[in-house]
Amino acid sequence: MTSVLYDVPGPKARRNSRIASIVGALVILAGAAWGVSTLARQGLFNADRWDIFSQAVVWQFLVQGIGATLSAAALAAVIAAVLAFGVALLRMSDVTWIRVPATVVLEFLRGMPVVLMMFFILLVFGSSAFVAVVAGLALYNAAIFAEILRAGIQSLPKGQREAGLAIGLTSFKTRVLVELPQAVRRMLPSLVAQLVVLLKDTSLGYIVTYEELLRKVNILSDFYGAKYLFSVFFVGAALYILINLTVSRIAIWIERRGSKKAAGGVAAATTSVRPTAESTTL
Amino acid sequence: MQVILENLPAYWDGFLRTLFLSVVSGILALIVGTILAAARVSPVAALRGFSMFYVEVMRNTPLTIVFFFCAVVLPRLGVTFQQFEPAAILALSAYTSAFVAEAVRSGVNSVHVGQAEAARSIGMKFSQTLTLIILPQALRTVVPPMINLLIALVKNSSIAGGFYVMELFGYGRQLANANGNAVLWVLLGVAIFYLLITVPLGILAGRVERKVAIAR
Repeated sequence: MTSVLYDVPGPKARRNSRIASIVGALVILAGAAWGVSTLARQGLFNADRWDIFSQAVVWQFLVQGIGATLSAAALAAVIAAVLAFGVALLRMSDVTWIRVPATVVLEFLRGMPVVLMMFFILLVFGSSAFVAVVAGLALYNAAIFAEILRAGIQSLPKGQREAGLAIGLTSFKTRVLVELPQAVRRMLPSLVAQLVVLLKDTSLGYIVTYEELLRKVNILSDFYGAKYLFSVFFVGAALYILINLTVSRIAIWIERRGSKKAAGGVAAATTSVRPTAESTTL
Repeated sequence: MQVILENLPAYWDGFLRTLFLSVVSGILALIVGTILAAARVSPVAALRGFSMFYVEVMRNTPLTIVFFFCAVVLPRLGVTFQQFEPAAILALSAYTSAFVAEAVRSGVNSVHVGQAEAARSIGMKFSQTLTLIILPQALRTVVPPMINLLIALVKNSSIAGGFYVMELFGYGRQLANANGNAVLWVLLGVAIFYLLITVPLGILAGRVERKVAIAR
């Protein structure tokens, strides 16, 4: 990796950098070793703290937790996406008495902690924890998705809307048929990034006692005794991070693929359009 | 409605604690995040690697797990907290700093290449180029996303309420338990206090964004 921020390091700078790297690595390793040894001294790595993982029941339990996490995330994502289209359209309506209430509701939803929303639904509507988690996530993320879509539509060239109106489409049809598809495409990276956030936020279900991965971890350590708390937490956290890393890798992959295509598309369009435009004016 | 007015002192206490948590962890996250971003673009490979690893792991860890780590696992390592508050601040700032680092890095990337080349060509070192030329310009462009991060931080601080810190959400839970017949009003009250922080910040972000857009 070359950087414009510094000169290509010479032999001396390279040596210093290598020394610094080695020292840094040693410091981190020492810190890690200290952590591990402290834990080991408390017997956290003894086999008797980890033996529950040889039982299929424990894994089954954790897999159930993953299933609960993923199903809540998937359902919430779908509902949020559907809602977001509607809300984004309302938010951008030409009619004041539709636009203003929509804006107020959106701002309200965006300014609210998700966990508070889940709690609200849980207590006020007396719903199950699953419904509370899904509804809370769906409402909050619908607001975020809607804002992303709106930003996407606003970033489109004005001519798109004008062209739609000029060929006789209604304002609504122009939005749905001309602007939204382009906005979705343009904003795909942000939308997928928000999906990762949504997936992460399912862990808030822990606080409203939804039996997702983290709650299962807690139940396991209650059941088998505090002795297993660390090991169960460790496995649970590792699983969570693994799932999230996978999804964000997919997000990055989509972003790369999308930007390559979009860049090629725009570049191709401008080069092919410009000569004809010039030839007509000449 | 009555419930909110009766418990106004509790709400106020929670509001102040939410503000305190947000401000302290916000400042810490800004400082640590900027340092992480600087490390990310530095010539030393170990710093780059560490920063990348930290940001990647933190961004993919749910905040609840970070809280769980700070409140449950750290005490086992011998890092004990007198109250849960410092643990909450640690969790919030550790988590947010990763996002700040990403924002600052994107700001660094948005600064024109010529700026860095000019700085180097007049003989500036990496540290000078970064602190005197690049970062001042980069930080300016990332003010709006940074404000959005702070809004997210305020909202995220509600998770501390699930870990025995008596901030707005913590009080909300308590009051909701105590006033089973007026849960709707209790929670609406909590919502209003959150909006008191997040909506002005959001408006500020919009204003700044417009200003920056014009200046460019």
